[in-house]
Amino acid sequence: MKRIVSFVLLAAMICLAMAGCSGGNSEATMQLYVLNWGDYIDEEVLENFRTEHPEIDLHYTTMTSNEEMLIQLQSEDCIYDVCFPSDYTISKLINLDLLAEIDTSKLSNYENIDERFLNQPFDPDNTYSVPYAWGTVGILYNTTMVDEPVTSWDILWDEKYAGQIYMYDSVRDSMMVALELLGYSMNTTDPDEIAEAEALLVEQKPLVQAYGTDDLRDRMIAGSGAMAVTYSGDAIYAIMENPDLAYAVPEEGSNIWFDNVIITKSSQNVEAAYIFLDYLLDAEVAAANANYLCYSTPNAAAEEFIDPELLASDVFNVPQDVIDRCEGFIDLEEDEQLYHSAWTRIKAQ
Amino acid sequence: MKREHRFLKGLFIGIMLVFLYAPIIVMIVYSFNASRTMGNWGGFSTEWYGALFRDRDILAALEVTLSVAVISSIVATLLGTTAAIGIHSMKRRTRNVILTTTNLPVVNPDLVTGISLMFAFSILMVPQGYTRLLLAHITFNIPYVILSVMPKLRQTSDSLYEAALDLGAKPSYALRKVVLPQIAPGIVSGMILAFTLSVDDFVISFFCQQGAQNLSTYIYSLARRGINPKINALSAIMFVVVLALLLLVNVISSQNTEEAKAKRREKKRRRMAAAEA
Repeated sequence: MKRIVSFVLLAAMICLAMAGCSGGNSEATMQLYVLNWGDYIDEEVLENFRTEHPEIDLHYTTMTSNEEMLIQLQSEDCIYDVCFPSDYTISKLINLDLLAEIDTSKLSNYENIDERFLNQPFDPDNTYSVPYAWGTVGILYNTTMVDEPVTSWDILWDEKYAGQIYMYDSVRDSMMVALELLGYSMNTTDPDEIAEAEALLVEQKPLVQAYGTDDLRDRMIAGSGAMAVTYSGDAIYAIMENPDLAYAVPEEGSNIWFDNVIITKSSQNVEAAYIFLDYLLDAEVAAANANYLCYSTPNAAAEEFIDPELLASDVFNVPQDVIDRCEGFIDLEEDEQLYHSAWTRIKAQ
Repeated sequence: MKREHRFLKGLFIGIMLVFLYAPIIVMIVYSFNASRTMGNWGGFSTEWYGALFRDRDILAALEVTLSVAVISSIVATLLGTTAAIGIHSMKRRTRNVILTTTNLPVVNPDLVTGISLMFAFSILMVPQGYTRLLLAHITFNIPYVILSVMPKLRQTSDSLYEAALDLGAKPSYALRKVVLPQIAPGIVSGMILAFTLSVDDFVISFFCQQGAQNLSTYIYSLARRGINPKINALSAIMFVVVLALLLLVNVISSQNTEEAKAKRREKKRRRMAAAEA
């Protein structure tokens, strides 16, 4: 028994010693707390930032959903300085008065941003946010199973593909598909239009093999389904893994989404936050992130450093006419409940 | 009849083992997959193991998990054992009241514990980050240590401790030399339990982790972009290490019992020899 105890204690001491040795750096005079999505930045970018800015002690944390981020940013004593929320969450955060106004004169690389991606409806003058990544939502399909060209959302209602269709398991994304097909706005708050979309999705349900999120990508790569509603970034990755796959943004229009960088109002380290933001806007850094993520970058200057294979792809380098027919989500506040109850009924069928 | 019986028994155990270990084996196999995608075999490769040890985020999360688990299990064991000894010597009614109070957090959903700790920490202005995570883990670990030490205390007889006092031992000496050795197995199992619970915990950590991320919350955060095969590699390593530790502990303890048996036999032989002489 004694030996076991001493063994456990020894193991404990070794672990503690290991933990002790790798403490933070001592030169740092500034702290910086960043909250990002998991696996949403090139690790080398973080590594380089740490070496180039030894004065900043970077604490990097990750999360998995906008809702989770809202919880963290709303907590009384939130320590985060910089965060990467999506479009509709930014309008929520603005309404909650949790964001600091961004002084673009402190960002030397601000002009790298393509103006097409500024002034989006969720933050009209970019008072509070700087674009980081963007993309579209469309249909990822397997060309060996789908012969006809994919131009409309109605192919997801085609009985021919019964049991081979994947839908995205998220309220707004799935309702968007039905609303666009009906010719309504994806941000509608008209209960009748929402009810129509609900009926359409209920009608589609027997044809759907599964509702999923990132797992759909892997299933499409494995060839177990004919088509899936997918984000463009995931689509590029899937196409690279399996060349039989293709991606299309239907003619009716679709969602264009943004993940922007914000600085919190409660930030104690504003100076370090600006240094970090400016670093992300650097052309080479933005290109490194785009190459790693396969998500489109709003950074126009980054283009020359981007992998030519990516640039050649319509999925990454979205043509202007596709951008023109896309719309962004906005926060619907109280009316969002209409969507949630419709979605609950659809899933319960 | 007997053969059938044995066959069914084997089948049952077999099915149980498959359910328990098949997922782990699948995960270990896929950690050697050259393709990044689950369900798509791209050939054998150890690249994820290499990538794992270059990934600063995962290693940082692992370090947080291990150091929180080690420190919180040691502190919880100290506090919990002391508490258990105290509770044991109370009068029956107070003892029951206190035991129910300490058991409550065990049956309480983690969600409630997590949210209430988050509020308590922010009201008490405990600094964000590692400190909170550690305090939270110590808090939820203590009841488990008490739970595993109490039965050992009940098994031991108080008269041994009293006898030690009668023979002139000071209370602290008697505690060290009489009480602790008797309850040692309970303390060790409590500590191991606390350690594993701490490594395991997600819900409570989730609410107390601003700025300090442990492995469970880190892995969860990858859900949007898909679980990275590096995580498979890490899980495989953790599984093998735990397996090795368990085997080692078992070997040591079985050696110990054999040694003890041998010693007892030796003593008996000597006594017999002395009696004969």
